[in-house]
Amino acid sequence: MINAVGAPQSLLLLGGTSDIALAIAHRYARTGVRIVLAARPSERRIAAANELKGLGCEVTEVDLDARDHDSHATTIDLAFAGGDIDIAVIAFGLLGDAERAWQDPDLALELAEVNYAAPVHLGVLLGQRMQAQAHGWIVALSSVAGERVRRSNFVYGSTKAGVDGFFLGLGEALRDHGVRVLVVRPGFVKSKMTSGLKEIPLSVTPDDVAEAVTEAINGKRELIWVPGTLRVVMSGLRHVPRPLFRRLPI
Amino acid sequence: MSDEAVPAIKPSLPEEQPMIPQPLVELHGWGRASGTMAHLAQIDSVADAVSALRTSDTTRGVVPRGLGRSYGDAAQNAGGTALDLTKMNRILSLDAVGEPPTVTVQAGVSLDLLMRALLPFGLWVPVLPGTRQVTVGGAIAADVHGKNHHTEGSFGNHVRSLDLLMADGHVRKVTPQGDTAALFWATVGGMGLTGAVLRATVALQRAETAYFSVDTDRCSDIDDLMQKMSNGDEGYTYSVAWFDAVTKGRHLGRAVLTRGNKARLAELPMKLKRDPLKFVAPSLGTLPEVFPNRMINKATAKAFSEVWYRKAPKRRVGELQNITQFFHPLDMVAEWNRVYGPHGFLQYQFVVPFDQEDPFRRCLEMIVNSGHLSCLNVLKRFGEGNPSPLSFPMPGWTLTVDLPIEHGLDKLCDALDTEVVGAGGRVYLAKDSRLSAATFRKMYPRLDDFLAVRREVDPDGIFNSDLARRLELSKPILGGAA
Repeated sequence: MINAVGAPQSLLLLGGTSDIALAIAHRYARTGVRIVLAARPSERRIAAANELKGLGCEVTEVDLDARDHDSHATTIDLAFAGGDIDIAVIAFGLLGDAERAWQDPDLALELAEVNYAAPVHLGVLLGQRMQAQAHGWIVALSSVAGERVRRSNFVYGSTKAGVDGFFLGLGEALRDHGVRVLVVRPGFVKSKMTSGLKEIPLSVTPDDVAEAVTEAINGKRELIWVPGTLRVVMSGLRHVPRPLFRRLPI
Repeated sequence: MSDEAVPAIKPSLPEEQPMIPQPLVELHGWGRASGTMAHLAQIDSVADAVSALRTSDTTRGVVPRGLGRSYGDAAQNAGGTALDLTKMNRILSLDAVGEPPTVTVQAGVSLDLLMRALLPFGLWVPVLPGTRQVTVGGAIAADVHGKNHHTEGSFGNHVRSLDLLMADGHVRKVTPQGDTAALFWATVGGMGLTGAVLRATVALQRAETAYFSVDTDRCSDIDDLMQKMSNGDEGYTYSVAWFDAVTKGRHLGRAVLTRGNKARLAELPMKLKRDPLKFVAPSLGTLPEVFPNRMINKATAKAFSEVWYRKAPKRRVGELQNITQFFHPLDMVAEWNRVYGPHGFLQYQFVVPFDQEDPFRRCLEMIVNSGHLSCLNVLKRFGEGNPSPLSFPMPGWTLTVDLPIEHGLDKLCDALDTEVVGAGGRVYLAKDSRLSAATFRKMYPRLDDFLAVRREVDPDGIFNSDLARRLELSKPILGGAA
C-alpha cells in the first residue's frame, strides 16, 4: 500500500527497461521497496535490476513479450506473486519510422500490437488484480501525439489515442473498487526511444515525467500533461480546423 | 447521568443468518491519510462474527474494527472484510463488590459508555487514552496507555480474560496466566491479528469522585521539563506534558506539565460534593468538512503554541478539574481531525529508554527545526511494560507529535526512525501509518514471539489488515497456503 506519506511498497514496471519506467523507479527507490521489472530478458534489464538493488530495493525480473499475448497472464501472475502491487507502470512502446509505418503493413500492425493491443490486454489483467486488492495505481504512458493525431506520425499517434481512451475509461471503471488510473501525456521526451530525432520546444527528460507522475499520485490526479503547459497548447490545437491544422509545421 | 447511555444488560442471542455480501466502502484511520476500500460487515452478535469470518474472502482476510481511532491503517483491509464491532456494545455483567471490582463487556463498548455506566457505582476505568471514543476491543488490540502509565501500566495489564474469535471460527476464552497466556499477551497489542476480541473482563478501580486534583507547572525549556518530570512524577498517579514544537532556540521544548491524582471526596467544595460522581462531558459540536490543507501553517501553529503556553499558570497547585478538562479536552469537538484538511495528518509517537536522553533531544530538535508544524505535542514518562510482544510502552520517554501530511514529511519520519532505532526505542503501531517492515522489525525485538503465536492460531493469515501487509505480518511470512 502507498503509505500515509506517499511512499509505495511495491512497483511493477511493464517495459521495465524504458527510460521513463526507470526514472519513476529511481524516484520511489528506498530500502525495502519491492520492484518487479517486467521486460524482455536483456543485458539492460540485468543492469537496471542491479542498479535498483544497489539502492536497497528488492528487485524481481519477470519476462514480458508485448506481442506474445498468451504470455501476458503468466507475466502478471509472476508480478503479483510477491504480494500486492501499489503502482503498476505501463511504459513500453514503439515509435517506429513514421513514413514507413503507414506504408508497411507489418510495421503498422506491430505498432498497433505493441502500443495498443498489448497495453489493453495487460490493462485488463492488471485491472482484475488491482480490483481484488482494492487499492493501487495503474500508470499508463500515453502521449500528446494521441490527443490530436497529426499527419507526421499518425500510426503511432492513433495507437496512443486508443490507449489513452482505454485507460481513461478503465480509471472510471475501477474507481469504485479503490483503484486509480493515471494517464500521462508527455510531449517530446528525450530518451532512447527518441534518440536521433530532432528536439522540439517543450521537450522534457524521463526524470521530468517521473517527477510529474509521483506528484500526480500524491495529489490523486488522474490525467496529466508533461510539461503542464502542454495542456494549454493541446487544448488549442485540438480545435484548429483541419485545413489549417494540416499546414502547421508539426 | 442520562439513562439512555446505559444499555440493557442482556446477552446477545445467536441467530444464524446468512451474511449478505457488503459493498465496498472507504475506510481510513483517524489520520485520514491513506484510506482504502473494504467490505464492512456489521456485526451484531457472536453468530454474526463467526458467519462473517467463515464467508469472507480468505485471500484478503478480515480485520476487526471499532471506532476507527487508530491513526493509520490498523483497522483497514483493502479488498477484504472489516468486522464493524461497534454494535456489540452491551455491558454484560458487573461485579462491584469484588476486590478488585470487574466488569464484563462486549468488545464494541466504548470507554465513554463504560465510564458513564460505572461512575454512579463509584467505579473507574483504570486506563484512559487521550480519547474516550475507543472500544474495549480496540483498547486491548492497541494496548492503549494513558497519563497513568507510570503507575498503572497499559490497558492490557487490567484485562482478566477475553473471548477471542479465532481464525478457525471457534471462540476461545484466554487469560493472562495459564495455558492461554501466550495467546492472551499476543492479542494484547496484537492489532487484531490473532483474532477478534468479542468480550472482555476488565478489573476496575474505585473512585470517590469524578474530579482530579491537578498541579500545573510551566517549564521554560525541555531540560527544565525533563528534570521536573524525573523528580516529581512518582508523587502523582497521572502525569503528562504538552510541549511547544514550534519555538526554536533557548526555549526549545518549553512546556506545560500537568499532574494530578483522583480527588478524594473531602477535597471537593460543598457545591460539588452534592454530586461527586457527576460526569461532565460538554460537546462543542462537530467540525464540518470545510478545512483546507494548510490550516495548520506557521502563523496558526505559532499563535496556538504561544497561547497554549501563556494561558497556563507558572505554577498552580491543587486545582480541581473534571474528567473532560483533565483527560479529554479534544473529545469536546467531534471529528476534530478534519481541521487538517483532506490530505490528513499523521501522528508520530515514539519511546526511547531513560538512558537515551540525547537521541530524545535530537528527535525533538529535528522536529522543531524541520519546518513541519505540530500543535498537539505530548511528552510523558512511561513505567514498566507488560509481557505483550508488540505492546508499545517500555520504561522511558515518549513523545507524540501531530504532523499534517506535506511534502518532505517522509524524510523527517525516516530520520526520526533512525534515531529511535539507534536508541533502542520504538514507534507506536496504533499511531503508525508509514513504518517499513524492516524498521518495524528493528523496533520490536520480540516480533518473532508474536509471529510464533500467530502462525499457530492463524497459519493462513485470515486475520489481515493493511498494517499487517505493510509490516509483513501476513500470509507469506506466516508460511500458510498461498
